[in-house]
Amino acid sequence: MSFARGTPPVPDATGLELLAQELIESDAASVLGTLYFRDKGTLLVNPATIRETLQRLRAMGFGELMSVHGVDYYPEEPRLGVHYELLDMDALDRLTVKLRVPLDAPVVPSVTPDWPTANHQEREIYDMFGVIFEGHPDPRRILMPEDYEGHPQRRDFPIGGEPVQFTIDEAEGRSYTR
Amino acid sequence: MSITPSTGASDYRKLEESITMAPMERLESPEDTSQELLTLNMGPHHPATHGVLRLLITLDGEIVRDLKPIIGYVHTGIEKTAEDKSYWKVIPVVERMDYLAYYFNAMAFCGATETLLEVEVPKRAQYLRVIHMELNRIMSHLVWLGTSALDLGAMSMFWYCFRDRELVLDLFEQSSGQRMHTRYFQVGGVIEDVPRGWVEKVREFTAQMPSRVDQYKDLLANNEIVLQRLRGVCPLGEPETRALGVTGPLLRATGNPWDLRKAMPYSSYEDFDFKIPVGLDGDNWDRFAVRVAEIYESVKIIDQALDGLPEGPWITEDRKVALPPRHELATSMEALIHHFKLVTEGFRVPPGEVYFPIESPRGELGCFVRSDGSSKPARVHMRDPSFVNLQATAPMTEGSYIADLIATLAMLDPVLGGIDR
Repeated sequence: MSFARGTPPVPDATGLELLAQELIESDAASVLGTLYFRDKGTLLVNPATIRETLQRLRAMGFGELMSVHGVDYYPEEPRLGVHYELLDMDALDRLTVKLRVPLDAPVVPSVTPDWPTANHQEREIYDMFGVIFEGHPDPRRILMPEDYEGHPQRRDFPIGGEPVQFTIDEAEGRSYTR
Repeated sequence: MSITPSTGASDYRKLEESITMAPMERLESPEDTSQELLTLNMGPHHPATHGVLRLLITLDGEIVRDLKPIIGYVHTGIEKTAEDKSYWKVIPVVERMDYLAYYFNAMAFCGATETLLEVEVPKRAQYLRVIHMELNRIMSHLVWLGTSALDLGAMSMFWYCFRDRELVLDLFEQSSGQRMHTRYFQVGGVIEDVPRGWVEKVREFTAQMPSRVDQYKDLLANNEIVLQRLRGVCPLGEPETRALGVTGPLLRATGNPWDLRKAMPYSSYEDFDFKIPVGLDGDNWDRFAVRVAEIYESVKIIDQALDGLPEGPWITEDRKVALPPRHELATSMEALIHHFKLVTEGFRVPPGEVYFPIESPRGELGCFVRSDGSSKPARVHMRDPSFVNLQATAPMTEGSYIADLIATLAMLDPVLGGIDR
């Protein structure tokens, strides 16, 4: 990525450590690690403190939550990950905040009450990966049918074999979806 | 609040089938009927929803009280498909997400992959990408202008806009062989140099496009009906718009000049001199005016890029990433091996995670790619602007007339292929 007009990526590797230190000072359990990769900083945070951490980062200038995406780290553990892409519109800076949760307890506090933009995106991650966002105002599937079983973006979800839905199958007692 | 979604297939089926076409029971006293709320289903097959968008609207007479978008009707699992393909074969798949902004989809994915690979894109390729993306932006805005005007009752605008769109598609066809989903952008550059005579054709187009837009502005911007339908209708302030994550022309209509082409330039956008049109009130009129003004700016960028189009290679010389030139295959064993490796296995990408955002015609289009070191991406996710912008429909239209909802939906410019992916 080119950064013309003298806008270097802030925070740089040092700035990222300072940022992490500042967060650790207000809550020792919040930040689990940092990563500086391809000119961009990433904070690995504790899932339980994600709401507070994002609020603190918002106070530090990261006023926009541009994207939330889910990742399945299969076969690594903890398997599921949620990434939050923060943006500072004044300092022209981006920061990734990520967290990992295990498959048997995929519960993350929802950030939708603080960031209304996360509504659809958290629903999508629930739909695709089965991450449960606690405190989400409308925790339903969004892209798949409401009666769909399974979370198709998981890495161990098989490709293909989706049956065509016929009402006659249901009338004759056969499974309607899967 | 229950998290578990599945109440059994048949329950859901029953719920869906409980909607009948029977006349509704009338309440006895006239006082009660004035307070009656009506839930109306609009879509998924409705010409004014610009695709297969379904809206569940709660109406109080003619006034919209609540609105819930229901999406997923064109969900095709593109992100899942991408995980099963090598990187260069993902490009045609992601291009089909937002089907009016295929160059942008390809750019976001290629940009993310290039960041992971740390491949330098030659200057000529960057300029060619800019020219194609801006032509695509004009094309997308023309489709928006034509279909939105159609929603407002202006039939002939649709034909005018599609006539000009054809000119852009002809240029795409000339440079890549395809009108849509061209697969022109490759990881590391573009697949081929533009053919002889193409630059002149583009200049012909950019020379006539501003006067065409002038005509469309004359037709619409002074039209009493259009003004009444758009001006002061369904405004949403800058703080609310930002909180909802809305980007692109919709955010700029509220007066915030946020444009990634200026703020965080990619693909040499810093070389070009252009303005960012902004609105004042964030109403439908501003959304309309910002997009129309953007067409002029895109024309300016294309002209500058043609003027300064550098000579040189159009794709990276890195043989591990880009195919060798055809003529080398007959003479060079190494080229043959590289060619074979690339078309069979593809290139391997170092492990890591990147997010590459660009400014698409509808806002921030970001591509997240996670690589596990193999030749197939472990995760591809598109932050599609339409998907996020759609959340603003309810706050924009609550308390307005249902006719204004149609106008607002048109000005929102959602592309369902991008929303559902």
